[in-house]
Amino acid sequence: MKNKRDLILSAILLIVLFCVSWFVNGELDSYIRRIVNLCLIYAIIGLSMNVTNGFTGQFSLGQAGFMAIGAYTVGIFTVPVELRANVFYAVPMNPLIAGIQMPVWLALIVGGLLAALVAFLIGTPVLRLRGDYLAIATLGFSEIIRICITNASSFTNGALGIKDIPPLNDVRYIFVVTAITFAFIAALINSSYGRAFKAIREDEIAAEAMGINLYKHKCLAFMISAFFAGIGGGLYGALLGTVDPKNFLFTLTYNFLLIIVLGGMGSITGSMLGAVIVTAGLEYLRIFDEPLEIFGTMIPLFRPGLRMVMFSALLMACVLFWRHGIMGTREITWSKLIAFCKNPLGFFKRKGASQ
Amino acid sequence: MEFFQGLLNMSGASFAQHMVNGISLGSLYALIAIGYTMVYGILLMINFAHGDIVMMACYFAYFGITIFHVPWYFTFIGVIVATALLGAVIERMAYRPLRDAPKNSVLISAIGASFLLENLANYLFSGRPMSFPDIPLLSQNIAVGSIKIQAISLVIPVITVISLLVLLHIVNHTKTGMAMRAVSKDYEIARVMGINIDNIISMTFIIGSALAAIGAIMWGIRYPGITPYLGVMPGLKCFIAAVIGGIGNIKGAVLGGFILGLGEILIVAFFPELSGYRDAFAFIVLIIILFYRPTGILGERTTEKV
Amino acid sequence: MSSILKTNAVTMQFGGVTAVNNLELEINEHEIVALIGPNGAGKTTAFNMITGVYTPTKGTVVYTDKNGKECDITGMKLSEIAKIGIARTFQNIRLFKDLTVYENVIIAKHLHIKSDFMSAALHLPWYNAEQSKAEIEVEALLRKVDLWDMREEKASSLPYGKQRRLEIVRALATEPRLLLLDEPAAGMNPKETEELTSFIKEIRDEYNLTIFMIEHHMGLVMEISDRIYVLDFGETIAKGIPSEIQNNQRVIEAYLGVDEDA
Repeated sequence: MKNKRDLILSAILLIVLFCVSWFVNGELDSYIRRIVNLCLIYAIIGLSMNVTNGFTGQFSLGQAGFMAIGAYTVGIFTVPVELRANVFYAVPMNPLIAGIQMPVWLALIVGGLLAALVAFLIGTPVLRLRGDYLAIATLGFSEIIRICITNASSFTNGALGIKDIPPLNDVRYIFVVTAITFAFIAALINSSYGRAFKAIREDEIAAEAMGINLYKHKCLAFMISAFFAGIGGGLYGALLGTVDPKNFLFTLTYNFLLIIVLGGMGSITGSMLGAVIVTAGLEYLRIFDEPLEIFGTMIPLFRPGLRMVMFSALLMACVLFWRHGIMGTREITWSKLIAFCKNPLGFFKRKGASQ
Repeated sequence: MEFFQGLLNMSGASFAQHMVNGISLGSLYALIAIGYTMVYGILLMINFAHGDIVMMACYFAYFGITIFHVPWYFTFIGVIVATALLGAVIERMAYRPLRDAPKNSVLISAIGASFLLENLANYLFSGRPMSFPDIPLLSQNIAVGSIKIQAISLVIPVITVISLLVLLHIVNHTKTGMAMRAVSKDYEIARVMGINIDNIISMTFIIGSALAAIGAIMWGIRYPGITPYLGVMPGLKCFIAAVIGGIGNIKGAVLGGFILGLGEILIVAFFPELSGYRDAFAFIVLIIILFYRPTGILGERTTEKV
Repeated sequence: MSSILKTNAVTMQFGGVTAVNNLELEINEHEIVALIGPNGAGKTTAFNMITGVYTPTKGTVVYTDKNGKECDITGMKLSEIAKIGIARTFQNIRLFKDLTVYENVIIAKHLHIKSDFMSAALHLPWYNAEQSKAEIEVEALLRKVDLWDMREEKASSLPYGKQRRLEIVRALATEPRLLLLDEPAAGMNPKETEELTSFIKEIRDEYNLTIFMIEHHMGLVMEISDRIYVLDFGETIAKGIPSEIQNNQRVIEAYLGVDEDA
């Protein structure tokens, strides 16, 4: 049975990768660990964005806002109670929540659920909108969430942000969360609901004619996307150790847009590939932000900001020349890998429309 | 309770001041919203980069006056020309190649263009806030009755009305305008009728960007801080203004701009404790409109052919 | 014969234009009823009103469900209409182009999946059972129309005739009682039309369907229809059995001057 074989192979792969993460966690220096962690977190959020944008064809730009919800949930509830007065020094923490402290895993889940709830509330008016309107509306709501966070000082410490969040940089932990995210979403996409999402993307009216309630399914995709964005945001907050409203500007969402466009909107493996490239790129392109000297002369081009210019140029280049990204809507499957191993050269000459 | 207290306690002078501010802001929003609505009317796309064009115009003005010391009346003309060109270039490079691509691609391209402009500004001009050049003639305070208003606040609505009249004349009484209206009704038929679509679309962007430049200049005088991200929030709000008034409808964009501008100022005037949330006002109005009248106040209902 | 669908004085106005005026349809179970008329007569509009794409300006649409209960389905959403047993195809084929043949058809089974999304994502036993049942039915359907071997091909890569076939099969997969076909033979050559004719008769008998179709191919219409309605400029100008329609003067006049279509 192909499915059994695939499941076993995937399980083995996950175990192997977990061992790799164990190694990375123990043996490699903290700079590399941080990049790996960031890459995994970006993969989670990129995939969450792909659920709405790539699979359901709903162009949402709200990821930064949902991340913020998750990050702040972790920030608010995991800072040890005794340190809180120190953090909330301007406006004291709201007594309703001042005493509640949660372990990280619980805060992550609560953050994800909160984000999903907000998605539901936003989704009710907004998901009835056509493509571009949805983009603007979700962008706007992402900013509103940030505005609310900046203003609700007794809950979020406002513009001061929250510090002293117990740091979470265990690569194994983050890997496990990433693996669960990918496994769940892959399973969902391969189920009847996932196909319903794709039907909506392909042709909304035909999907409706098949009995698929558009609003209900779009809302479902939106909430699932928000949930995982919230979890990713929570991990992000824990990784950084501080959260600040300025971390969650909507421009952050553009990074994830680049990830899914580059990797392929509609591909799960593409999201991971995109995340790796973008995270690595963001790091290693930092050299462009530093002044460059060749033979003792300063090249005037290289100064702060060049990195992001190159990034946005990359996004433009992608969408203009390489719309489908690396994977398009395809996935790397075991069947394909095995076929490749058996006949490396013939693999790419295969005819046939199946992707 | 507080609303009525505020209403009663506010002096006539104070109220007049707020009204002037509201009308000024509304005019600025209107000028920028027109650019969004024109582009959407023809291409059915949101020009995300429009807000950033406003930002670039401010930087152009800064360079012209503060760095190159060109007299302000020449600079402003130069800014309008440069911004119009910038708009046309963006259309040519980022949108035209994707005209036959699925809708999402153009959207991503628009986002990319916006992102690129912001990052370019950040890189070229550094992220430090800069000061829009001061034009004493316009920024001086004039006393009207018991209130002091900046001269520019009186100039803004006047210029806006003039620009609007010129625009409406072009759209309704010239061949180009007629071609633009034809293209926005039905693209393919317009092409078959011999209209050069590419030129008309470029013209639309040029006009929209020129208006945005006028708005940007007046914005800069009124609110002098320039940063690479200054166009973001106003851009979003102006698009919302266009939606509120009826997307694709120029008069609607103006109406929407005034509703948002006045509303934003007055809400904060009456409820000062909400001032942190002033940006949220536009989005709340958006939701309300989308719920009760999705085609906008002056918009027309359309049905999709299945 | 019991009625399955009735429209009562159904009218559709778009602004000042009346696309369909006072349409009184009655379709009985297991019939094959055709709706014909020159282009622009309002036939697809009629379909759209029945299936909830448009809400009629006036009048009601009444559907009798499998328990014999009459439901007013006027203006009901398209997805709800599909759930109560009315399926349709489209004038311009609306397949899920980038999805495979198999995916196109199995999506039609989604409305019969009662499990929630968590059960589906976690592939819990009751979801798996529903899914297996759906897979068996889809395989049977695809084999029946010789599309099983092409099941992994993208729908858009199929030849035109097979795409039309696939669209009908996809509609069948929703397990409808009433099937609306919008110009199923459009663009087909005589041989393909003949195959389609026997196919429609076959599925009507095998799946206990009632079929309501819009069609221009008179050969197909006259051969398999039990009854025919004729629209012209939104008005019903004739209704009856094929032989009556063929000799109806008004119908002949409505078609005079219209190009013979291929």
